This record gives sequence, structure tokens and C-alpha cells, in this order.
Amino acid sequence: MHTLDQGGLMSNHLMSFLAETNWDIIIVGCGNAGVCAAITAAEYDCKILIMDSAPREMRGGNTRHTRNLRAVHDSPTDVMTDHYSFEEYLDDLMRVTKGITNEHLAEVALRGSELLPAWLSKRGVRFQPALTGTLDLGRTNAFFLGGGRSMLNSLCRHAESIGVTFIYDAEATNIALVDGFCEDIEVKWQGTNHRLSCKQLITASGGFEADLDWLSEGWGAAAKNFLVRGTPYNKGVVLRTLLDCGVQSVGALDQCHAVAIDARAPQYDGGISSRVDAVPFAVVLNKNAERFYDEGEDFWPKRYAIWGRLVASQPDQIAYAIIDADGLDRFMPSVFTPIIDNTIEGLAGQLGLDPTIVRQTIDVFNAACPKKPIDQTILDGNTTTGLGIEKTNWASPLVKPPFYGYPLRPGITFTYMGVAVNDRAQVLMQDGMPAANLFAAGEIMAGNVLGQGYLAGVGMTIGGVFGCIAGAEAARALNR
Amino acid sequence: MPLTDKTATTTTGFNLKSLLDPEAADEVIRIMQICNACRFCEGFCAVFPAMERRRDFDEHDVGYLANLCHSCGACYHSCQYAPPHEFGVNVPQALSAARIDSYAAYAWPTFLADLFRRNGTVVTLGISAGFAVTVGLMLAMISPQLFWNVHLGEGAFYQIMPHTVMAGIPMAISALVMVIFVMGWHRYWTHTGAVWGGMSALLDAVKASLTLRHLGGDTASSEFSGPGCPTADDRASNARRIYHQLTMYGFLLCFSATSAGTIYHYGFGFQAPYGYFDLPVLLGTVGGIVLCIGTGGLFAEKRRLNTAVRHESGLGMDYAFIISLFLVSFSGLLLLALRETSFMGLTLAVHLGLVYGFFLILPYSKFVHGLYRFAALIANAGEAHHEKANQLRESQ
Repeated sequence: MHTLDQGGLMSNHLMSFLAETNWDIIIVGCGNAGVCAAITAAEYDCKILIMDSAPREMRGGNTRHTRNLRAVHDSPTDVMTDHYSFEEYLDDLMRVTKGITNEHLAEVALRGSELLPAWLSKRGVRFQPALTGTLDLGRTNAFFLGGGRSMLNSLCRHAESIGVTFIYDAEATNIALVDGFCEDIEVKWQGTNHRLSCKQLITASGGFEADLDWLSEGWGAAAKNFLVRGTPYNKGVVLRTLLDCGVQSVGALDQCHAVAIDARAPQYDGGISSRVDAVPFAVVLNKNAERFYDEGEDFWPKRYAIWGRLVASQPDQIAYAIIDADGLDRFMPSVFTPIIDNTIEGLAGQLGLDPTIVRQTIDVFNAACPKKPIDQTILDGNTTTGLGIEKTNWASPLVKPPFYGYPLRPGITFTYMGVAVNDRAQVLMQDGMPAANLFAAGEIMAGNVLGQGYLAGVGMTIGGVFGCIAGAEAARALNR
Repeated sequence: MPLTDKTATTTTGFNLKSLLDPEAADEVIRIMQICNACRFCEGFCAVFPAMERRRDFDEHDVGYLANLCHSCGACYHSCQYAPPHEFGVNVPQALSAARIDSYAAYAWPTFLADLFRRNGTVVTLGISAGFAVTVGLMLAMISPQLFWNVHLGEGAFYQIMPHTVMAGIPMAISALVMVIFVMGWHRYWTHTGAVWGGMSALLDAVKASLTLRHLGGDTASSEFSGPGCPTADDRASNARRIYHQLTMYGFLLCFSATSAGTIYHYGFGFQAPYGYFDLPVLLGTVGGIVLCIGTGGLFAEKRRLNTAVRHESGLGMDYAFIISLFLVSFSGLLLLALRETSFMGLTLAVHLGLVYGFFLILPYSKFVHGLYRFAALIANAGEAHHEKANQLRESQ
């Protein structure tokens, strides 16, 4: 096996090169935050190694699943319409987090967001022109041309061109953190463990959403029914190591971005296309065929992020969205074809629900609906009357066959519990003192800003801004 | 659980005879259903906005979308669902498989559809046949002395082969080719359910063809400023776009050289060979050189294309077409260089043989991609126009 031997030899050479080099900075995780840090530090002439536990095609954690970032701007730009002030952004963040945020760090992230789109453009990232389409985020969010993976490809290419070294399939398994000083890092690569030394370490290794056992520490047995919409590579190994070494944690264990996704989606990595947008035009039942929340509370872009938790709190963490023929074309198509039947009872049977009770629930719902047609472009106030849980907009009886059903599960994209940092992206120890040479950026520290709730595109803002800060601060610590 | 279940969701149904290979079409449908729930790629080219105008996909949409796609790979490199993801999304490859199959599906007469499936061979055979016929005819008509003589001045070429024969053969071939093209176009148009969008749609399609807009890699960029499309890796380049256009413009120049020659001959009574600065020679020389550069570059770019993106079964057809175009133009240039030597007879025979062979197999070669793509561009411009009009109406 001549070629295999050669391959082995080559990787041995590579590994000894990596192990013998005294890196200025090692960065764990090559998502948005990690690569922003790498580029910033490389621009200060630092010798940088960035590693990702995924293979190259799946690199960059959840960046692959993102599409845009939310940014402050005073006047229309080529990528965002109108204006979005710092104050409005902060208000939005305060509203969704209900104040569970480190206001100072939130300010740092939001102020920094103003420069982010131009900074990225200059380094090869292409944006789409301001969108006015489906999500209606064209005012507040800048959309990457081709989405997050495309954006990351451009950034990584730029980083490579200015001398950053990348390795893939390399999992950071342990960090030797003694008295707040990181001495070296243990990396599992091609089946063996290696020790790499560096002067500064930046952890941009994401959350722990792919570790269902860890999720169950926050969620209990319910976690076994969760689907992970995000990357399967975020197992929180680095996060666990840091917490074990006395790093201060931030955020509650059960806080995460979770939406209701199609129950037929894969266990991991379903991403955007696994979502189901039928809810506002549906009657949503739990496994006992009861409704449990107002499906028409607000426009879907303002509500989709709460439905993951809603479904998670139902028995067996499953729900069913049922619509009739009139509802089908009112929302974005989803990846899984709905389950279809000509009768409510037949559909209930196919979904594994009790047909008699479903019939009864739908009949009661239908009777409570107003007699006028709905208008989905506005909050039409078409509300049911006399129900225990009303549907306050777009209530319309399910009468026109065929009937369609989507099974729903909670789908977790990313977790919020992480490491505490200061405004220099330095990781804080339990005594509140910053670690000497350890920084964090991205999802692993997003919980400092996003304590609960969700705001589209804020994760990329936090990752980008704190990535740049971590890179600059690590370089500064080296007197660059 | 299957991702697609067309029978469940299609309420209208269709009775048109199924033309496309079900395996190729089903893969496109499976992938489009994933893409349509994601839509991250909508800024790259026309395929994704066209997809977004649909909710369900059938083989008619497949025929249309496949011929709208350049298989540049921008979406593949950006795809969160590309292999090794279990969804295994590879839009350029699925669409190119369907596109290659669609050439066969729309071919007329239908029994010749098989020609597409053995295309590399067909090109060689076609060219050789044309070659043999020409040389044979010449030798039958003239004496060897005449063939190897130096001929100068007006009508020199026709010492070797009478003008009526030389022009008559391609005219007959052209008439046949035109009929086949019209039938192919008709089959495409009815099968994909395309709708005529008016003169503005036609104009837009012409503009898109002249600039190869959809290989620009960004629908928002102007006609000439796009980043281009990926090559061997995810790096974008405009090389393929430029070489393709050199090939196309070179071909059009050569074609206009022939037309100019025809006008010279019948309009003014001037007999070939023409002087180096006469219009037919000027157009032909420039066109021939441009065509040689274009096909050479295109060949290199095809070979450089990322293996995950390209579709191997279609490459034979691509290469065969590119090589035969190169040979046609190169032999034309050679004839120009040697026309005052005793090799004129032989070079003329080779060149004419290649040209006749090229045109004879035109409707069964990669050339048809231009036909169906142009039709798809017209349909696409019409659709986009209708959509805009509808949105305007709704917003008022």
C-alpha cells in the first residue's frame, strides 16, 4: 500500500510541523468568529493556526447554516434598506432577551456591527442587494450571497492568502489551563493525540447542542426527543474543558435557539429547510389532540423562535400542524411533503392521533371561527371566540379537503450557556479575573449578550464583532 | 420517509407524454424541493428565482430548469446540504444529467435521440463521413494533376470543386438542419410549458446570451462585473465565461464571413478566393483566430472544472463539440495560409469535409445547448416579467 504509506508519512510530517511550531495564536473553530479573529490577528503579522473538528466540507460550525447578520446603519447601504439605529437594535435585543443580557457587552457588539458588513466585504465576502422579500429583514439584516457557507469560503480563502494555517478533522480535546494561563492544547487528529503549544488561545468552538446528554441536564428526559438543526460537530468539548478548569459560565443550561421543525428531519444538521412555516394558518395539536397555544399571535417571523420551546413543553415533545387546501399556498414550501388525506379523521389516523378527538377539536375550532376570509398580509384580527385558547389572527375553519398535516419537533440550532467574557473578549475565571492568554468569541460566549429569546442575525453580529476583538486583543498581548 | 411524493401534492396532473429519463428527473425534483425550502442561493443565477416561482416540480419544470443552468458550481460550493450531508444536494450535477438527457428527449426525429447517447463517436463518424464524401467527390470530378496544381486568381477554388456543388451541399444540409432545429425547439417549448413573454422577453434573452449573464455568479452585478463562477475549487473566475463568448463570437464571425462570401458571389459576381482585406476573408480570419483561442480555453476550463460539479457522461459530448469547432476553424486558417500553394486542393478538401461534417451533425451535437438555453432564457424573462407585474398589481 505504497500510496497509503506516503499519505501517512505526509500527515506525520504535517503534524510534527504543527507540533514543533510555536504558534503565536491557536484558534479553535473556523466558523465566522474564529476566522474573523484569525484574519484580524494575521493582519498584525501573527503566526496563526486555526483548527476545526469537522472535515473541510462541513467546517465552520453553525456558520454553514446562517444567512445574514444584523447590523446598525444610519442610512440605506447597498446591502440594507432604510436605517437601523443602535438604539432600535438595543431595544429589539432587550425585548427578546427580556433584559437577560450583559448590557455593556451588548453595546460593544451592537456598536461594532456598524462596521462589520464593510469589513467583511473588503475581505472578499459578497452580500446580496437589500432584500425586500419573504423574511422582510432587508432593513435590519445584510444577507450573504449564497448564505453562510459561501461567506465562510470567501473568508477562509482570504485568511489562507494572508498566511493563516488551517487544519480540519482536528478536535481540541483538552486545554491545560493553570491559574488562568493556557500552556498548551491537546488535539486529536487522525486517531492520535498531539500537544500543540501557543502563546495565545482563542476558543471559537461553538456550543454544545449536539451533545444530547448535556442538553438533558437542562431539559430532562425531554431532550431525547429534540432534533438538532445545527451542526453535529458542536459537542461542547472545549466548553466543558474550560468550565472544568474554573472558567466562569454564563447563561442558563436550557436556553437555546429552538424552532418547531418537521419531525421527519434528520437528527442533526437539518438546517433552514427543516423548518415548517404552516403554523399561522394551521390548527396545532399536541399528541392528545388538544390545542396548546395561539397560532395566530403575531406574524410568523416574530413568532417562529418561540415554537421550539412550545413544542418542547408538550407531552412527548411532539405536535401536529393541520391545514386545509386553502392554507397550503400561504407559506414557504417545506422540504418534506405534508401528510395528506381527504378527511380530518383519515389525516388524524395517519398522524397517529385519535380521529374522534381530533374531529371534535377541529369542529369546536371551526365553530369558533369568524365568517370572513383571512388576510395574511396584515394582523387581520380574524379571531376565534369562546375557546380556552383563542387563535387571534387568521382564524379560518378547516373545511376544504384535502387536509394536510406536518408533525413538529423542537429543533435546536444553538445553545446559549457558555463562558463569561469581558469587553476585550478575554475569558473570565470564576473569581471574575480575566484569564491571562485565553479569549472566546462566537457561540461559546454568545450567551453573554443573548441570554434568552432570539433575534435573527444577532449570532453572526456577536461572532463577527467579538471575533475581531479577540484577534486584535490576542495580537496586542503579543505586542503586535 | 421520501422527500418527494408528487402524486400526493399535484392536484392538476398532466397528460403530456413523459420524455425525460425518470431517474434524472426525479433527482432534480428531490433536490429542488430541498432548495426551495432553503433559497440561500437565490442571488447566484436565474435557476433559483425560477425555482421560487414554483411550489411543486414535475419533469416539465426539470426540462426548463436544466436548460437554464450553466452548471457553474457556485451553489454547490455554497451548499450546506452538499455531500457528505445526508441530503446529498448537488444541483449542478443533477441539472446537467437532466440537461444532457433533455437533448436526447427533445431531438427530432425521435429515433435519432440515441445519437446523443453515443455522441463522441457520432461526431467522429459525422466528420469522417463528410470528409470522405468531399474528397471522394473531388477526386471523381477532377484529375489528380488539377488537384495538386497551384491555382491562383478568381475562381481558383472552383477548379477543384464547382461552386454549385461546394455551396449546394451546405445549403441542402442547412435546410435539413433548420427543420430539425424548429422541431426540437417546438418539442422543448411544448414539453416545458413555456409561455411567450413578448418582445421584451426576447430582447432580454438576447442580452443574456450576448453577455452570458448567468455565468457571472451574482444576479445583482452588472452584465460585466460579476465574480464569475468556481473552477477547480470554490474560487470564482470569469475564464469560462470569457472563453465561451470568444467561441460564440468567433463562430458568429465565421458564419458572417460565409454569408458575406455568398453576397459577394451572388450579389456582386465576385468569385473566391478574396483578398486578405476583403470582408469575407477579414471576418473569417478574425473569427477563426478568436474561435481557436475560445475553444482552446474552453477545453482547458472544462478539464479544470471541479470533479464534483461536472457530469462525466456529458463531457464526451462537450469535448467532441469543442474539438470539432477547433478543427473547423484551424483548417480554415490553414487553407488561407496555403491557398496559393499546391496544397490548396488537399487543405480545401479537408476544410470542406470538416465543415460539412460539422453542420451535418449540428442538431445532434452539443450545439443544441444554445437552442434550448435560448428558449429557456426567453421563457425565464417572460416569467420574471409576469411576476413583477403581479407584485406591482398586488402592492397597489
